[in-house]
Amino acid sequence: MPVYVDHAATTPISAPALAALTLELSRSGNPSSLHGSGRRARRSVEDSRETVAAAAGAHASEVIFTSGGTEADNLAIKGLFWARRSADARRTRILCSAIEHHAVQDTVEWLGRHEGAEVVWLPVDSAGVVSLDALRAALAEAPERTALVTVMWANNEVGTVQPVEAVVAEAARYGIPVHSDAVQAFCSLPVSFAASGLATMAVSAHKIGGPVGVGALLVRRDVVLTPVQHGGGQERDIRSGTLDGAGIAAFAAAADDAVTHLAAEAQRLAALRDRLIDGIGREVPDAVLRGVGHPARPGARLPGNAHFTFPGCEGDSLLFLLDLVGIESSTGSACTAGVPRPSHVLLAMGLAEDEARGAQRFSLGHTSTDGDVDAVVAAIGEAYKRARKAGMAGHASTIQTAGTGFSS
Amino acid sequence: MRVLAAMSGGVDSAVAAARAVEAGHDVVGVHLALSRMPGTLRTGSRGCCTIEDSRDAWRACDILGIPYYVWDFSERFKEDVVDDFVAEYAAGRTPNPCMRCNERIKFAALLEKALALGFDAVCTGHYAKVVQDPDGNPELHRAADWAKDQSYVLGVLTHEQLKHSLFPLAETPSKAEVRAEAERRGLSVANKPDSHDICFIPDGDTRGWLEKRIEMSEGDILDVDGERIGSHSGANAFTVGQRRGLKLGTPAADGKPRFVLEIRPKQNEVVVGPEHLLAIDEMRGIKVSWAGLPIPEAGTGEEFDCMAQVRAHGDPVAARARVDTSDGAPHLVVRLVEPMRGVAPGQTVVLYQGTRVLGQATIDSARSALRPDLAAVDG
Repeated sequence: MPVYVDHAATTPISAPALAALTLELSRSGNPSSLHGSGRRARRSVEDSRETVAAAAGAHASEVIFTSGGTEADNLAIKGLFWARRSADARRTRILCSAIEHHAVQDTVEWLGRHEGAEVVWLPVDSAGVVSLDALRAALAEAPERTALVTVMWANNEVGTVQPVEAVVAEAARYGIPVHSDAVQAFCSLPVSFAASGLATMAVSAHKIGGPVGVGALLVRRDVVLTPVQHGGGQERDIRSGTLDGAGIAAFAAAADDAVTHLAAEAQRLAALRDRLIDGIGREVPDAVLRGVGHPARPGARLPGNAHFTFPGCEGDSLLFLLDLVGIESSTGSACTAGVPRPSHVLLAMGLAEDEARGAQRFSLGHTSTDGDVDAVVAAIGEAYKRARKAGMAGHASTIQTAGTGFSS
Repeated sequence: MRVLAAMSGGVDSAVAAARAVEAGHDVVGVHLALSRMPGTLRTGSRGCCTIEDSRDAWRACDILGIPYYVWDFSERFKEDVVDDFVAEYAAGRTPNPCMRCNERIKFAALLEKALALGFDAVCTGHYAKVVQDPDGNPELHRAADWAKDQSYVLGVLTHEQLKHSLFPLAETPSKAEVRAEAERRGLSVANKPDSHDICFIPDGDTRGWLEKRIEMSEGDILDVDGERIGSHSGANAFTVGQRRGLKLGTPAADGKPRFVLEIRPKQNEVVVGPEHLLAIDEMRGIKVSWAGLPIPEAGTGEEFDCMAQVRAHGDPVAARARVDTSDGAPHLVVRLVEPMRGVAPGQTVVLYQGTRVLGQATIDSARSALRPDLAAVDG
């Protein structure tokens, strides 16, 4: 059995979710049909909608099911941008934190390239917390031209929780809607959509014990979104497409289960995380914990997140060496054709490229145990030693060859 | 052994990795990201390091049941291979970037990282053979299939590098055999076209590519008597032995085609003449290396019999060679028994005895009995 410490990428499906998924898959019926099978399927979807809404602190009518977090972010940002610009053509600015997930960052950049959006990147401090001063200044500069603000709830790489309520309060002074990607926060931290004052909020099932391929966008009832995907008019005409009844039922079961155990589980994971942080610090004193300092104030760092940079080595060398001994972790950043690039999140936090390339994220979840933490701590010292020896990509090889003055 | 299989995404490296697995090694597949623009898609059979290649390599590893990683060597590749390629052309020489990549990337940067991470060897799909002498020292030999033999581009590998090199395709009778084996093993790359040309010049237009990177200016095309017979738009994009692209309006007096005989980068001149003047009788090489242990004559300076080859698929010609250390760094002096055509400074001369690769040097200057003036000029 591998030691799985990559729950932020995806977490194993929970027992209630798996049961709900298989039960619902074994039945048939399109929730939009008017006959008996349709009514049964619709009932399941609507029950699920209420469950997800309750888990997210929202009203059932505010839940728009999507294919996942990425679609929810796309729908929120494009939908808000287009709707706000339609209402007032001057509104083309987007204020966006510099540490967003690519689902947000790339959507915003796309709007910049293709729809004339003017993007203002909001800086973060060295712990990865978005600057409220920068937000205030950016808002005050041209509120009448600002379409939306987007700041994630908790960062997926370094686990830093963002001051979402303060962000909303600042934007509210000008009546500007705020979107938040809460994919990592939902079911890890207490999240209330209603209390947050957000216009929209993205969540995903497979990060909380549900299946991949389903998520939701929470949309406040007074918020107008321009649809991205057109068709049969499902989901209040905001998101067309036949509803994935089985995925939705499993999503709801996972959310219900996770929220029921949230407080105890967050405490358990935070204790494991702190033991992991202490252990890695002991084995590799050079390793630098990223995000908020240790020990973190409760609620400041995601309970399952421990993110380090290891000086003088490549994150992908570490990942490789840990994988060899059955430990599954992540460098935390996205790839193009599998090529690791320094994380934009770490660069935004002020790290140099070489520092950023030594990143390794360990993320814990519902299957994590003391044994997992012990295994990582036991393996990290040797892995670090070897990865350091392999050095940084791009350094010149010390192997002597004809061209470097090799001589027999 | 713990073996790192370098997977290009092509059929050869996939079958090589499969054979390494079958031989009982603990194999991990690694695709080298070499392009500075990851994400380009393949067109035709040209180019490498595309998303498609990465995916093909990945799928091959899936089928073989081995782990797969992408390692980024783009920065090294740019400095050691691409920049070197440009600098060599700018100096009027004709480099071989594939050899340079083997020398500095696959069997240096990659090998070094592999050894540091705990591997014992790097395995590639090259057609060449490493055999152990009675004392266990590696020797590099031609592959069984001389038509596919790639020992030339590996001739630059040293004892240290060969000790950690694994070429499982060594004994393969033909490329068709490799494709058939890939098919049998269910590797989807079985029918993938061979790659050609230079991987970082995907459209194959080397001249056009160089023109964007080397400052070129118009200069003279001279005949062997020094008469100006035309002009060119930059001497550095020419290669000795080249016939096309000279755009000389008037034909030669004898009506025969003219070839580039010499490039004079400092004067920005290109010398052309009839084909028979391309014949070279002697060349001097620098950056000498031995593929494995040096032969005894390497230390004594005595002349030895060998075969000399200056192109990947060129015919080897009989030669007598010796190491000359009279002016400091060792030079290789190769006297050709039969004259050879189209020898350009910057090319690599690889020396063989039978199937064994002795070593190599980078050609610095060439001498021709028919053109005593040539000896004075080098790159």
